[in-house]
Amino acid sequence: MTKTSIDNTAVEEFVCEAPNNQVKKESFISNFKYLIVGIIFGIVFVKAEIISWFRIQEMFRLQSFHMYGVICTAVVVGLISVQLIKRFNIKTLAGEMVSIPDKTFDKGQIYGGLIFGLGWAITGACPGPLFAQIGSGFLAITVTFMSAIAGTWLYGAFQSKLPH
Amino acid sequence: MIELIKQPWHWALAGVMIGLTVPTLLLIGNKIFGISSSLRHICAACFPSNIQYFMYNWKKEIWNLFFVVGVLLGGIIASQFLSNPNEFAVNENTVKDLKALGVTDFSSLMPADIFSVENIFTLKGLIFFVVGGLMVGFGTRYAGGCTSGHAIMGLSNLQLPSLIATISFMAGGFAMTHLIMPFIFKLF
Repeated sequence: MTKTSIDNTAVEEFVCEAPNNQVKKESFISNFKYLIVGIIFGIVFVKAEIISWFRIQEMFRLQSFHMYGVICTAVVVGLISVQLIKRFNIKTLAGEMVSIPDKTFDKGQIYGGLIFGLGWAITGACPGPLFAQIGSGFLAITVTFMSAIAGTWLYGAFQSKLPH
Repeated sequence: MIELIKQPWHWALAGVMIGLTVPTLLLIGNKIFGISSSLRHICAACFPSNIQYFMYNWKKEIWNLFFVVGVLLGGIIASQFLSNPNEFAVNENTVKDLKALGVTDFSSLMPADIFSVENIFTLKGLIFFVVGGLMVGFGTRYAGGCTSGHAIMGLSNLQLPSLIATISFMAGGFAMTHLIMPFIFKLF
């Protein structure tokens, strides 16, 4: 989906992995609704202790069901919701058809997935919890966050040389 | 009510709320749930460096940056106003395993032995913050998503690539925890 064949003429049609598929233009102010969804999401992350390094350790040591419960429940709820949206053709607030692009397989999902998994276990954070950890006052995590941005940049710089 | 909210939340409640983020984002603006993309947008906005991967209209994806700023604010709100008054609890077997590795602080969400500001310029900081962070950023982009984009959004939409990615995330995590981490802790 994000091959290097994207040229400048195709920039407007560019689709990232978590794309904005709304055709109708949004005002700057209307973006605040995503801020509110994010706030609720961040509170859940902290209150369910998903941002805890210990909860991630418990998960990878198979010593607690907590994280498995969170992820499995989220997938089931997400799955039912997506199926209902598709089945009943539920429209967005702007009246558009919901569009969810298919993901295409490449070996990056294995290599990159393994690399992320290694990092997840030592940092105790996927990208979402990184933001919530910083918000919770764990200021050292700002270094992890900046490193994650650097890692993203390195991927961009070397993408064409990596096996996909 | 507020006392109840301050207790640690059950996994089922958290799971339902995280799961509902998927249809919420779809229905309020046709947005596909995914968090690690925000790191890419930050690169595209701040350091595109003429790299093709960052040459796109990031402003169209600005919703994602609003979302992650929200997550940060949510972290502030939850820790300032809704923090758990009781002692933080970790599974006793995990405590035993981690004590054996040299972790001594089990009083809050993150062990102060590792995740304290004093450790930033130490070997611990280099491994847990810098190397760890690099792997999270590089790996999620290489995989085309993280736990949110693949494990939750992708699996919700029955995407095989997301299942492969999720299995790889878990495999990497198990390998780090059981095979590599014992050696890392021997360094300190």
